[in-house]
Amino acid sequence: MSKKVVHYINQFYAGIGGEEEAGTAPFKEDGPKGPGMGINPQLQDAEIVGTVVCGDDYFNEKDSALNEVMDMIKSYDPDLVILGPAFNAGRYGMACGKIGATVMEELDIPAVTGLYEENPGTDIYRTLLYVTRVGDSAVAMRDAIPTISNLANKLLAGEDVDPAVDAYHERFRKNYFTEKRGSERAVDMLVAKLNDEEFKTEFVMPDFDRVDPETAIEDLSKATIAIVTSGGMVPAGNPDRIESSSASKFGAYSIEGLDDLVEGEWETAHGGFDNTYANEDADRVIPVDVMRSMEKDGIIGKLYDTFYSTVGNGTSVANSKAYGEAIGKELKDAGVDAVLLTST
Amino acid sequence: MKLEVGEIQINDIQIADESKISDGVLYVSEQDIKDIVLEDERFASVSIDIARPGDKTRITPVKDAIEPRAKVDSTSGVFPGVVNKVNEVGSGRTNALKGMAVLTVGEIVGFQEGIVDMSGPGADYTPFSKTNNLCLVIEPVDNLEGHAYEEAARLAGLNVAKFLGELSTELEADEVKTYETLPIFEQAAQYPDLPKVGYVYMLQTQGLLHDTYVYGTDAKHIVPTILYPTEVMDGAIISGNCVSSCDKNTTFHHLNNPVIHDLYARHGKDINFMGVIITNEAVYLADKERSSDMTSKLAEFMGLDGALVTQEGFGNPDTDLIMNCRKLEAKGITTVITTDEYAGQDGASQPLADADVAADAVVTGGNANEVIHLPAMDKLIGMYDFVDKIAGGFDGSLKENGEITVEIQAITGATNELGFNKMSAKGQ
Amino acid sequence: MCTVTPISQTVGANRIVPTVAIPHPFGNPSLSMDDEYKLRYDIVEKGLQTLVTDIDGQTVFE
Repeated sequence: MSKKVVHYINQFYAGIGGEEEAGTAPFKEDGPKGPGMGINPQLQDAEIVGTVVCGDDYFNEKDSALNEVMDMIKSYDPDLVILGPAFNAGRYGMACGKIGATVMEELDIPAVTGLYEENPGTDIYRTLLYVTRVGDSAVAMRDAIPTISNLANKLLAGEDVDPAVDAYHERFRKNYFTEKRGSERAVDMLVAKLNDEEFKTEFVMPDFDRVDPETAIEDLSKATIAIVTSGGMVPAGNPDRIESSSASKFGAYSIEGLDDLVEGEWETAHGGFDNTYANEDADRVIPVDVMRSMEKDGIIGKLYDTFYSTVGNGTSVANSKAYGEAIGKELKDAGVDAVLLTST
Repeated sequence: MKLEVGEIQINDIQIADESKISDGVLYVSEQDIKDIVLEDERFASVSIDIARPGDKTRITPVKDAIEPRAKVDSTSGVFPGVVNKVNEVGSGRTNALKGMAVLTVGEIVGFQEGIVDMSGPGADYTPFSKTNNLCLVIEPVDNLEGHAYEEAARLAGLNVAKFLGELSTELEADEVKTYETLPIFEQAAQYPDLPKVGYVYMLQTQGLLHDTYVYGTDAKHIVPTILYPTEVMDGAIISGNCVSSCDKNTTFHHLNNPVIHDLYARHGKDINFMGVIITNEAVYLADKERSSDMTSKLAEFMGLDGALVTQEGFGNPDTDLIMNCRKLEAKGITTVITTDEYAGQDGASQPLADADVAADAVVTGGNANEVIHLPAMDKLIGMYDFVDKIAGGFDGSLKENGEITVEIQAITGATNELGFNKMSAKGQ
Repeated sequence: MCTVTPISQTVGANRIVPTVAIPHPFGNPSLSMDDEYKLRYDIVEKGLQTLVTDIDGQTVFE
């Protein structure tokens, strides 16, 4: 029996209309439609049994849209869902990402879409469903269809897939046991690289994101400045039990009225460095004594009375980013002007 | 420099009245061990226990693992500058007790010591589930300062390993393996048509429980230097660290450095293995710059065409790794690096703290954040007091019934960056 | 404010101030209490200075 695939597309690819029809409410039709006509013949032992259509505005503005679309998808009892491709279309890409992620999470079946690198949906959803790499507009449809179909075929057949081979964004890293030990793999790789033969790195160097620098503050003597640290400084006893490595949280601790951090009252939860010196004098990681004296001397307006702390040891970038955003928001709401971010 | 390693297979360890090796069995007198360990007044007590492959036994917190070795017919001794006087090692004959390890176990100083399970899912991740282990459970005197305790524990393990190794000096080896590296010009001339390859051996040197010693000196104070590979097999490098225990090089790992063995395996065939450059991973930026400058300069000085660089630990040492790689490649030396990853429990985060396009050939020991569930064991060697605190553990890691849920970084040697294990990670 | 400024550069920090050492970024245990405080004061001062300085892109304030 051939496997069942459901395809999700927007109003434009369903042939209803462009921007003026973006409010179209979701509906379903049996069989393939639009780009599905191209995908369907390339599926092996599988066919598109139904197409779900929704207008981009409707999906992004109506809270009920996701449930409506999901109910229509579920009505076909699919083995896999294909969405788009949405290329560089922002709202369409977000819809494909969100629906696909929900399909993977709730129905526990694979979902495949195709998004251009810079589509906002790519960054947000790439770990939550299979986002194949496609061009930035419908001109790229001809290349996108085989990419999406190939990946869908492999996933339907239960075959191993690989982000590099199958042209999709890496979703996550997973450990596996190998035939050769690491040192032998490394020597093999070195010999191949020396001989200009092909080799495959086991890890591709990451790109780190960039932010524009904030403009300078005008008058330090009027500014409220907070201290944030990844050095793991916490009150003695580590009340929030922040982990010594791979921290799952951050803490906020009062330094109100303190002129100096005294040995025995503070410690570091950080497991990644010799903690002797930080435990002796926490000011070596968070310079409260200096900042307090500068506050008294009027060099700075105020030292914010709460400092924030997490452990930067073996803590993933994704978690660090989330803590940074949360801390930043709290500080902003509290009227803090600037932060000294200290790191060990 | 030429070294013969006589391998003596140890198939079992038994507690006995007299310490000896007979028919592949190591008999250990508890009194002998106590005499050795308690000579150090920093210990209140020591007990010994044995863990065998397949046992339903958990050992934690594990500090170091050591393979017993001894020099035979030589004036020098293993672990020079530490438990034998400083004397050049790496030539002559050494006996090694294979299939076993001495594990030091005791309350933690920091957060770093690890877990070894002898069976179950956790056993797949640690090499010490495959060895017969003589476990030294040590207890320091009250209020012993951290650095002193770490040093005492380190010496206890090495002294016991030395003692056990010396039981073998009169024995016939089961197998003798020979390793040889010539002085630099002769070595270059031996295989003139093969690419000259060196091994850049990065040593963790970041302070308490993060140190490494070379001929007894703390490696944070060295400038990079050159070793014959065989010196490492005689214990010229020993571990004083348990970083996150998953990517710590125990003394056992140093003695059996797999990169050295695998480079020797291709020596004279695909490559000309010229020697080892040791370097450190310091806590000062100037030291990082100086050490990576020296490392690439020594590689150039040795006329290397290729280099294999192994990292130890993670986080700021990622920078040392990247500096070494970038500077080697900039000198036209073809470079491969080995590391491990901290990609988050879900594996979806960016795994390294530093990166560079020059690092285009990377071997990984796996994602240390991956979570594993360890079932309860019948027997515990050591203590459970610290499971929630060790690196990779979290509040609630340890259940009342002895089950543990931790990141694999809590398992000794799980993501070893010397490439000791048959594990990697890949994108899904 | 950190010791390993190359990491800060790689990960994209904008205002970067070098500190003393990883285990004690704002101190040096080998100094007297007074000297150590002075050292800390100077580093903090440098950190504050970056906040009132406009920059075009990533800058390490040596």
